[in-house]
Amino acid sequence: MAVLQMQRISICALKKNRKAILEKLQSMGVMEVSQFLEEDEDFHRMDTANARSSFEKAASSVDRALDILQIYAPEKKSMLSSLAGKDLIDQQRYRQIIGDKDGLLRTANQIQSLDRERAEQKSEILKLENSIESLTPWLPLEVPMDYAGTKHTEMLLGTMPGECSLEQIYSVIAEKAPEAQGFEVHVIFAGQEGTYLTVFCLRGEARQIEEALRSKGFARPSQILQQIPAKAKAEMEAEIQKREQKITEIEQKLSGLGGSRENLRLLADYYRVRADKYEVLGTLPQSERAFFISGYVPVKYVGKLKNALENKYDCVVDVEELKEDEEAPVLLENNSFSQSAEGVLESYGLPAKGEVDPTTIMSAFYVFLFGLMLSDAAYGAIVSIACGAALKKFPRMGEGMKKSLKLFFWCGLSTLFWGIMFGGYFGDVVNVVSRTFLGREAEIPALWFIPLNDPMKLLIYSMLFGLIHLFTGLGIKGYMCIKDNRYLDFFCDVVLWFLLLIGLIIMFLPTDIFASVAGTKIVFPAFVNLLGKAFAIVGAVGILFMSGRENKNFGLRIALGAYDLYNITGWLSDVLSYSRLLALGLATGVIAQVVNQMGSMAGNSIFGVILFIVVFIVGHTLNLAINLLGAYVHTNRLQYVEFFGKFYEGGGRAFNPFKENTKYADIKEE
Amino acid sequence: MILESLGIVYALLGAACAVFLAGAGSALGVGIAGQAASGVVSEDPSKFAKVLIMQLLPGTQGIYGLLVGFITLSKIGIIGGGAVEITPSTGLLILAACLPIGIVGLISGRSQGKTAAAAIGIVAKKPDQFGKAMLFPAMVETYAILALLISILAVSGIQV
Repeated sequence: MAVLQMQRISICALKKNRKAILEKLQSMGVMEVSQFLEEDEDFHRMDTANARSSFEKAASSVDRALDILQIYAPEKKSMLSSLAGKDLIDQQRYRQIIGDKDGLLRTANQIQSLDRERAEQKSEILKLENSIESLTPWLPLEVPMDYAGTKHTEMLLGTMPGECSLEQIYSVIAEKAPEAQGFEVHVIFAGQEGTYLTVFCLRGEARQIEEALRSKGFARPSQILQQIPAKAKAEMEAEIQKREQKITEIEQKLSGLGGSRENLRLLADYYRVRADKYEVLGTLPQSERAFFISGYVPVKYVGKLKNALENKYDCVVDVEELKEDEEAPVLLENNSFSQSAEGVLESYGLPAKGEVDPTTIMSAFYVFLFGLMLSDAAYGAIVSIACGAALKKFPRMGEGMKKSLKLFFWCGLSTLFWGIMFGGYFGDVVNVVSRTFLGREAEIPALWFIPLNDPMKLLIYSMLFGLIHLFTGLGIKGYMCIKDNRYLDFFCDVVLWFLLLIGLIIMFLPTDIFASVAGTKIVFPAFVNLLGKAFAIVGAVGILFMSGRENKNFGLRIALGAYDLYNITGWLSDVLSYSRLLALGLATGVIAQVVNQMGSMAGNSIFGVILFIVVFIVGHTLNLAINLLGAYVHTNRLQYVEFFGKFYEGGGRAFNPFKENTKYADIKEE
Repeated sequence: MILESLGIVYALLGAACAVFLAGAGSALGVGIAGQAASGVVSEDPSKFAKVLIMQLLPGTQGIYGLLVGFITLSKIGIIGGGAVEITPSTGLLILAACLPIGIVGLISGRSQGKTAAAAIGIVAKKPDQFGKAMLFPAMVETYAILALLISILAVSGIQV
């Protein structure tokens, strides 16, 4: 359990080595850059914003190209591939591929322009299809739509709203243009959306007739083709086909480019890394010949970094301890087991300045309590095996995911342990199967006891575990006080509370209330009872007087002390909160039993066996999923609220080193 | 005559109360949280897994209700065979024992749903604060767990 000690390293070097030193720092990835030198006459910052944004643009353009490739040349991914993590690639191969970065960037641009072209073709096709649709009612027309008529006749072409019969149209004309003599109306198409018609009439009367029809909503079509509609349609269809052909060609070309995916990924990473480098470069104070960089490095890497730089370049590396008021970034170091719980701590908050890293102690409690909540041997085995297999299969999994799976692996083992203690194997599947299908009830006896038969016993143990957990938290607080030489705080805030609580517990144990819950009466010798009372009184009086010790005003001091004493109810509710260990443990077991019981309802027959298998698989999967979630949430809660509430605040800033922040592949160190 | 045979009816009513009140609470809660979750996923589908976990948090009350209902049913012999003779007073005792998880489940399920919806808002804006966001709905659940505890202890403590 440790927060790594940091030191400040300042490097002053010649500008000619700037690129090499920055790249070395980036590939080592152990330094968080934090400049403290201000700009002055001699030192100026370089403006790298343009270069940086052009690299970022390039990276995101390659990313877009990769997204497009994923659509047309999809990479086969299994469901678990998100666990696989980044690839590892040789330095040499990386250089070779990046050597052709212009070519690759051209490929990326080509992919994007092909995609654009495809979209254009698609929209053209859509336009054509719309034209064809609006043309469809005119298809029976056998002359071009802009047919000019003959010497004496003219063609009026248009639509009337709604469905009109020939008669209605004739009557409209007769009514509104009674003088019109020679005309003939053809209805081309009549439907609810309108009546499509042509009127052949004498040139002289055309305007009159059109006016007459217009009064009833006649309108010329918006789109007039110079062709016979059927022929126009055929032409448009041919055009669509041509464009579709083109789209297929583009898609083939795109899927043919699928092979360049790997290289494009490296390229995107390359630009990303360069953008980061230029960001740091922009913060460096530089004089005419020299530049200066400063930042935090964990002590254990300082020597390595110093050697790597001083032996190779003309530079001065200065190492200094952090100043008193300087808040260093936090990097945790733990053994392999406790490391797995770092994620849990991180999501609450990293240790602030002066706080200890509670990961080691927390990880042990985490695994213990998680197992107690899930408490089914079979479920535990499944979780452990699944996590173990995933860890084995994907050795290059992302760091965060790896930690979580490792944590669940251990939690699974703990669940297995508690399952055996409480005799839960898929609930009571052994009993149910043997009773229903074999006719003779068998059971795996619990190593300790079956909680459902004796819930009170587990309740008391849950609270006992809770008390140990809480006392450990208070103990850590004491440790932190002693570490900082705050002995008075240690005595008042920790020792007095321990006295009060232990005293109260000693007083509570022999009472009838406890006896009725536990089922056995505990009798202490008289001096122990007396000791308990003494502890409680000393603790209570001490807290009453000492809690508000920062206050000069005596009355206020006592009032604050009394208020702090009221915290005893907080302790009570904290301990009661651990009853969820029992509740969640029972929930797992009972729901598993419900599933088994439902499965065995059809009795001992072929149908019964099939029903049992189906119900078994579905039911237990659901139960495992929901209780896994429950155990996870509530273990976190017990750590965050009850345990951390006793001593831990968090609020440290995570160590964020200057490193090669890639998205797709890691480059192997030389 | 008929009053004396009502014991089993009271007991079954108790089991029903535990299941339907707590289940209704969970249904309300999961529904409220689900609306918020859908909103987040429509903006950013990659947060699906995180908001789904949030949505499920108010679902536990229903399970606690089921738990008490099941224990009650097997106690009065409706499942597992061997129906027992239950006097009206025992039946009412069982009914009373079932009430905590039923009523607290209903109310806390709904409240937890609202809290979960708000916590989903945290996940939408600051996905890295998932651990803390999860804690707020879990606080509400404490009271459902306390009610569950009393219901279980009471049901299993009643002599039939």
